[in-house]
Amino acid sequence: MRSSVYRSGFRWAFLLVLLLALPLGAWADWGAVNMPRGVTEISNEVYTLHMRIFYICCAIGAAVFGVMIVSMFLHRKSRGAEPATWHESTSVEIVWTVTPLIILIAMAIPAAKVLIKMEDFSDSEMSIKVTGYQWRWHYDYIDSGVDFYSQLAPEHNKARQQGADVDLEATFTGTDFNGEEPIYLRQVDNELVVPVGVKIRFLHTAADVIHSWWVQDLSIKKDSIPGFINENWARIDEPGIYRGKCAELCGRDHGFMPIVVRAVPQEEFDAWIAEKQEATVAANENSHRQWSKEELIATGEKVYQANCMSCHQAEGQGIPGMFPAISGSEIATGSVDEHIGTILNGVEGTMMSPFASVLSDADLAAVISYQRNALGNATGDIVQPTHIKSLRDDVDAAVTESVASAADNILTQGVN
Amino acid sequence: MSSNDVTHHAADDHDHDHGHDEHGPAPGLMRWVTTTNHKDIGTLYLWFSLVMFFIGGAMALVIRAELFQPGIQIVDPMFFNSMTTMHAIVMIFGVVMPAFVGLANWMIPMMIGAPDMALPRLNNWSFWIMPFAFTIMLSTLFMDSGGPAGGWTLYPPLVLQMGDSFAYVIFAIHFLGISSVMGSINIVATIFNMRAPGMTFMQMPMFVWTWLITAYLLIATIPVFAGAVTMLLTDRFFGTSFFNAAGGGDPVMFQHIFWFFGHPEVYILILPAFGIVSSIIPTFARKPLFGYDSMVYATASIAFLSFIVWAHHMFTTGMPLAGSLFFMFSTMMISVPTGVKVFNWVATMWRGSMTFETPMLFAIGFVIMFTVGGLSGLMLAITPADIQYHDTYFVVAHFHYVLVPGAIYSLMAATYYWLPKWTGNMYDETLGKWHFWISTVFVNVLFFPMHFVGLAGMPRRIPDYSLQFADWNMIATIGAFGFGFSQLMFVYIIVKCVRGGEKATANVWEGARGLEWTVASPAPYHTFETAPAIESSTVTR
Repeated sequence: MRSSVYRSGFRWAFLLVLLLALPLGAWADWGAVNMPRGVTEISNEVYTLHMRIFYICCAIGAAVFGVMIVSMFLHRKSRGAEPATWHESTSVEIVWTVTPLIILIAMAIPAAKVLIKMEDFSDSEMSIKVTGYQWRWHYDYIDSGVDFYSQLAPEHNKARQQGADVDLEATFTGTDFNGEEPIYLRQVDNELVVPVGVKIRFLHTAADVIHSWWVQDLSIKKDSIPGFINENWARIDEPGIYRGKCAELCGRDHGFMPIVVRAVPQEEFDAWIAEKQEATVAANENSHRQWSKEELIATGEKVYQANCMSCHQAEGQGIPGMFPAISGSEIATGSVDEHIGTILNGVEGTMMSPFASVLSDADLAAVISYQRNALGNATGDIVQPTHIKSLRDDVDAAVTESVASAADNILTQGVN
Repeated sequence: MSSNDVTHHAADDHDHDHGHDEHGPAPGLMRWVTTTNHKDIGTLYLWFSLVMFFIGGAMALVIRAELFQPGIQIVDPMFFNSMTTMHAIVMIFGVVMPAFVGLANWMIPMMIGAPDMALPRLNNWSFWIMPFAFTIMLSTLFMDSGGPAGGWTLYPPLVLQMGDSFAYVIFAIHFLGISSVMGSINIVATIFNMRAPGMTFMQMPMFVWTWLITAYLLIATIPVFAGAVTMLLTDRFFGTSFFNAAGGGDPVMFQHIFWFFGHPEVYILILPAFGIVSSIIPTFARKPLFGYDSMVYATASIAFLSFIVWAHHMFTTGMPLAGSLFFMFSTMMISVPTGVKVFNWVATMWRGSMTFETPMLFAIGFVIMFTVGGLSGLMLAITPADIQYHDTYFVVAHFHYVLVPGAIYSLMAATYYWLPKWTGNMYDETLGKWHFWISTVFVNVLFFPMHFVGLAGMPRRIPDYSLQFADWNMIATIGAFGFGFSQLMFVYIIVKCVRGGEKATANVWEGARGLEWTVASPAPYHTFETAPAIESSTVTR
């Protein structure tokens, strides 16, 4: 009686599996089930290793489960099977200890070879320093003096806020090396542009907590650790757009610090670098002129949305207990210089990180003017970029300096 | 479990020493507060972990509900992070570990022919610390600053950004650690000193062996963890710089110390499961465990190797090449003894005479799905590939396969296997099988797609994701709710069994061997006050 209950139970359960599995399987996107091959020599070798170990695992699984299934069918009491009494065999034990060992050695050798190649940083032709911040990346082209911040593109940042009612699929489509793809949360304001066919050395560090710079198509993932420099490298074969993400939990907006690498031919890269260098000069000039109030507040709103909003919220109301409000806060309505100091230096022991090296004088002036004249505040104060500059000269930006000098020391002495 | 009826047991127990004033449990609630009886304490541990299982499970459902669709719909990312953190802490320290300690309390004295645990008052204390520690831990979720949100791995500097709850979390971890170490000392003392005369080490049931080794792992690693969290505490409050680069410290040092605890911890969560499965499969195959000696040696090898593989959790932190190679090779080595165990279970089934009652179903489910998790573990050992898998959903799939249809399934198998011994009643076999099949369908719908999204590039611990991961996440969430709610069946079956049912015989299962099956069902309040004689028929090997 028991066994018939069991059999009908089994049959129902089996049907349930089929009923669930079939439509779900048909409906799912089978394109996104495996590791991509990527676009570097290393990423191709990693892909090969991955597939090889995967097939080995499938074979082991098939053998073990096959024997189990045969046994469960043949050696069941309901078929009248009599139990054997043996329970030991040294020779069998030796076989199934040694065989896996041989498979492992066969797997370990190619894996070690790829690993050694990944760790060979010699003969790199250019270096890019990547610094992780909560929650943006800073790229520094060490050889050409170009540097900038890169963070989640503003329209994505709006769409990912709680309660934002956006049709993600219709709104966010872009291209990468696979062609048209949905790019929600995978777009940045400033892309990292690199030349193809060049061995690029990436140097990783962080300013606050540990991050991890991961671009799957380049087979690169390395932790960015405050106070330390890690390195890895890539030589990209094909021009294209390669997207990545922060892989190490780094706080509230860990899921929202994407990476976009645009690989272009060398001439195009040279032109881009020249353009960036000119833009740096122009930005410096911007910091020296006088701005109008309207101009400051309009720019400040954009800076606020990109840098402050995710914690202090769209209307400056903050999140009680976690992130203080800006509306009516003592800092944003009190002394202007203290307000500037708070933003330049951050608040130690909290998630308010120093913005001294993140924002330009013009952006700082704009966002402070905005905070004092919007979000429910109306102090009427405006701050000019030149004022920030004069304060900056006084302020001891110790944190950023020490990170930078530690980095330079390691750079000049070599890594590892 | 709580059906241990006072008068019934006192009557059953007429043959024990009448000069003793403890015939049965004290009446009322105080029985549970003051008890030093290994069975009562085992019961407390088991109920506690069942309650925590639903608390941790509810947190998992918050996570899966948020991940049902792309976009942020339900919770703030900060709360999402504290859900992932708390879910792990609750499931590891509040469910799997106490449940295994509960089983150890119930079964080890009965398996080795001892009247009780060696240190009964310590036993009471090691249980009663836990509810207080978890009350403190869970209360942080209601604090203004929110609960811990930096991941259960507590990596600095991120963990140092935690608000006021930080000190509470560290305090609770210390107490959980004290509880575990005391429990382990008790288990070691019991196994060494309380075996019935004539029972040699190589005659002990596998569950006793695996727990003996687990207890040593706990005693060796929990103090290391306690040291690591204390260093966090002094970094935060007393101006030290153990993990602060600006003061000459190193954030990666924390990871080394943490995983020196954390990797043996992984085996703490699975070795007792090996012992349970090694008890159940021979019973229902009606054939002795294949390769007992090699099972013992394999368990000991796994325990030893667990101390020299920790940095495989840290391949992306920028280790020197020699370090990466060493940890790759040592990690791959672990698959050898683990493979031996799986092969031995299969060989035990081979040419047996199998029936498939619920405990056997869960045990076979364990062997198959634990092996799936073990094979993805072998993939993760290949360092160049691991650098791609690391911190993605592939890793989430891997460790959930070894922990849910692994450790949790072994706990369910053990519950069904020994429930008749604990309560004296048979559980509802039909419902038990339904529980198995429904859980097994949903657990795979839940965790298998995570392999896919992980390989395709979805990082773990994110509250929102890009659209190419949307389909599989929706499927996983359906599986999560199915699996979560089907566990209510488990509670129903247990409660029903505690309240009554077909009476169980002493032996309960036709093929069961071992001392625990020589006493009546339900097991009397005091067992083996006179040491039993050890005969070949009562020894499991």
